[in-house]
Amino acid sequence: GVHDSFSQLIQEQCHDLHDVIEMTPLDPEEESRGQILTRNRPLRQEVTSERNLTELLVFQMTSRVWRLRCTSGRSRGAIISQYCNRTMQLRRRRQSRPSIQHFPRSARPSIRGYGVETDAAGFEEEENKRERLVNNLQNLSDSDRVRMLRAMPLSLSEKKELRHGWYSWLSFLSSLQLWQTALKCVGGRFGTGVLSYFIFLRTLLFFNVFMFLVTGLLLVVPQAIAHPDLDQNITVRSTWGLEVLTGAGYFSHSLLYYGYYSNKPLQTGHSCSASSNKTSSSCGLSYNMPLIYFFTIGAAFFITCIILVYTMSKSFGQSFRIDKSKGLLAIKVFSSWDFKVIKKSSVRLQRANISTQLKELVAEVNHQKLKFPVLQRLFRLSIHMLAWIMCLGSTLACVLAVYYFSEYMHGEASLLAIPVFVSSLNLLLPGFFNVVAWMEEYDSPSVLNYISISRNLLLKVSVLGVLCYHWLGRVATDPQSLGLECWESFVGQELYRFLLMDFIFMLLDTFFGEFLWRVFSQKALKRERKPVFDIARNVLELIYGQTLAWLGVLFSPLLPAVQIIKLLFLFYMKKVSLKMNCQASGKPWRACQMTTIFITLLCFPAFLGAAVCVTYTMWTIKPSASCGPFQGLKNMFQAGKRWFQELAAANPDLHWLPSAHAYLVENPLFLFLSAGIFLIVIYFHSQVVDGQRKIIELLQEQIENEGEDKKFLITRLQHIHERKRRVTPRRVKEAIIPDALHELMEPQKRPQQQL
Amino acid sequence: MGGTSSKLPKDLLSEYQELTFLTKQEILLAHKIFSELQGGENGPYSSRVSMQKILTLPELKANPFRKRLCHVFSTSDMKDGSLNFEDFLDLLSAFSDTATLEIKSHYAFRIFDFDDDGTLDARDLEKLVNCLTGETDDTRLTAEEMRQLISNILEESDIDKDGTVNLSEFQHVISRSPDFVSSFKIVL
Repeated sequence: GVHDSFSQLIQEQCHDLHDVIEMTPLDPEEESRGQILTRNRPLRQEVTSERNLTELLVFQMTSRVWRLRCTSGRSRGAIISQYCNRTMQLRRRRQSRPSIQHFPRSARPSIRGYGVETDAAGFEEEENKRERLVNNLQNLSDSDRVRMLRAMPLSLSEKKELRHGWYSWLSFLSSLQLWQTALKCVGGRFGTGVLSYFIFLRTLLFFNVFMFLVTGLLLVVPQAIAHPDLDQNITVRSTWGLEVLTGAGYFSHSLLYYGYYSNKPLQTGHSCSASSNKTSSSCGLSYNMPLIYFFTIGAAFFITCIILVYTMSKSFGQSFRIDKSKGLLAIKVFSSWDFKVIKKSSVRLQRANISTQLKELVAEVNHQKLKFPVLQRLFRLSIHMLAWIMCLGSTLACVLAVYYFSEYMHGEASLLAIPVFVSSLNLLLPGFFNVVAWMEEYDSPSVLNYISISRNLLLKVSVLGVLCYHWLGRVATDPQSLGLECWESFVGQELYRFLLMDFIFMLLDTFFGEFLWRVFSQKALKRERKPVFDIARNVLELIYGQTLAWLGVLFSPLLPAVQIIKLLFLFYMKKVSLKMNCQASGKPWRACQMTTIFITLLCFPAFLGAAVCVTYTMWTIKPSASCGPFQGLKNMFQAGKRWFQELAAANPDLHWLPSAHAYLVENPLFLFLSAGIFLIVIYFHSQVVDGQRKIIELLQEQIENEGEDKKFLITRLQHIHERKRRVTPRRVKEAIIPDALHELMEPQKRPQQQL
Repeated sequence: MGGTSSKLPKDLLSEYQELTFLTKQEILLAHKIFSELQGGENGPYSSRVSMQKILTLPELKANPFRKRLCHVFSTSDMKDGSLNFEDFLDLLSAFSDTATLEIKSHYAFRIFDFDDDGTLDARDLEKLVNCLTGETDDTRLTAEEMRQLISNILEESDIDKDGTVNLSEFQHVISRSPDFVSSFKIVL
């Protein structure tokens, strides 16, 4: 933690002392014993060598008890002993440090220090050191390594410390090699920003695979195995091609939609007959479909929520820094070079980027008070307001258009009309917003980024909101007016169509937006540079598609599979298009921050909205009476409630179950209480963060002060040297040392008191 | 001549796996590439490849810090930047996915320390900025901008005000940059 960095700091500064006093470097073996200086040791005993004088000086500069090791700069032996001692310290003291998982690895800065010795004589020593290290190598990512470690001749107690096999399996799973080479190519050519889009796509793919597995195994497979007990008159449609697009016709009575699923328990054997519409479990292996349906969807959403929140918090932890007010330039200079970029032209571009950013930042930091004249500021403000009015106005117009369109468009021909309309709006309006933003001339590119993302987001959220109102508010509450028997299947079909249209329009956008635009700009406009990949827009498209998939899982359990196919296609298509048509961006893109923002957007408007809609549907809307697993119930929630009641009826010990259920789940007090507790926890954590911020400031001040102390002491020491001319420049005689110490120990004119 | 690739013995492989941040596949790939660089000589594992040959690798060819990388990771007595296989593994390990922030910042510090004196002073910083921005006229910083930039950097990162940035101060700055770990990566 902080103490270690302090001691290191002092050690670095000891370096300077060597110039003054010219001491010999320390013996690594001796310092590996670790020397502690405390106030209790009488000083006379210590002043027998040059080394002790240094230590004493350093001790005088601080007034804490530390393990002091004055190393001579960068010597290898010193570093290795330092790290070995550190790990020993840690294991003895068992202090909990912030990143304790990562700590053991820092014990091996390089493999050179160990060498690969075949000489038996030095082997014992090596073995001890290696053993100590191996004990620390607990969080290895390869299961092979863990197995190998286990095969080593370690004592059982030490082997017990070697950590859980399951943990290494988990991290092995998480480092799946899916698309590894492709991502490396993209990163090498286009940098970390564009790479983050593809990584986001991969993350979404995993979410969908998870959901597909859950719904597939628990809902689709059982229903497919059992016979469908709805006898429908399936009318044969003529054009099969159109049916894939509309999802109607042949598909409308298939596993794809809600309506296919049975509301009676599925039996394995057919000898027992279940009474119609009762969910009683009778003989044989019965599979209570309504209950399973309800709980599966609920559990899938719950687990997705947990995974999302965990990913979001991890991402936040990486990108959020407590004291981020200053240090931008230093951070930019030290960490902006992307070593992954390999292509020569991209390297040249990266250099140009960094140069521009540095020039801008230097100008910004040093000319902060550049004030525009009042008239110009007003003018700019009015331009901004005009731009916002235009954007909001166009969004409102789109929303109203969708509202009326959905209300008045009915009939077979118009099944595809609404999805096409909405997708084209999603395609054209962000382009319009970009033009407006270009007219506005923002100062910093990151502000421009945020503004365009928020406008785009607003458009998508409002369009989705209106559509949800249309489906859940109009279609669901009054299906008869549209002539629907099974409104859930209809909504499922709508969502399927929206998803498909979204994909088709993305294809078109890639073709027209990227390919043709590149041809146009190179041939007609004669520009040298290819167009740039618009990361923000593409990521928002992905989030939009995912929201549709989440909304539709309740009504169409196979929708995640459609989404998976779509994402797979999209990955390869975008990669090819990128290579052919785009080039790396000339604008800075803070990948880590933007990834955090995108994951947050995925969690908050997207997932939360979908979850709220699904919960609302399950809680309040009356399922259709003639199809699906919840026929005849007041709402879908009843399936769970009934099951509790049945359990209580069957087993008299569980009579408290329905009442407990009623209190916990239906009573709003419980919800308010839990929300209140969450808020209190959040407030507490924010206070802790504030406190830490203050501590960091204080500590920085302290380091500064101690630097000044050290300078003061060194000048004093030089002073003393010059005064006592009995001393040769290369050795410090023992006689003068007590005097020197007296001088130093007198607390006169210390800078601290002056400050 | 001949170019028969010698296989990496199992015990060495397992040892490298324990001591570096690389996975088995990564070590084998590194071995393959290193053998190709050696030109098919079946030398022992301590034989060195000259810096010029290392710099022909596509991952390093265009990198402005390539010479510094070779110098930092080289254990050669002649200080010529030649790497043997273990040095090469060291390099890849420090730049791998799973290496910790501490390791990466340690090596980044050494790479940026152009005069190898253990601290980053104004001259080191100037050379660093020139490496970053390139040598062409339109990307290079003017003398005034450079001076401003270096004084700003020192103001921000030199906590004890001794005019140089030492390892701890460097690591403190780096710890506030979330992009460092992801940009300090080389994948073979």
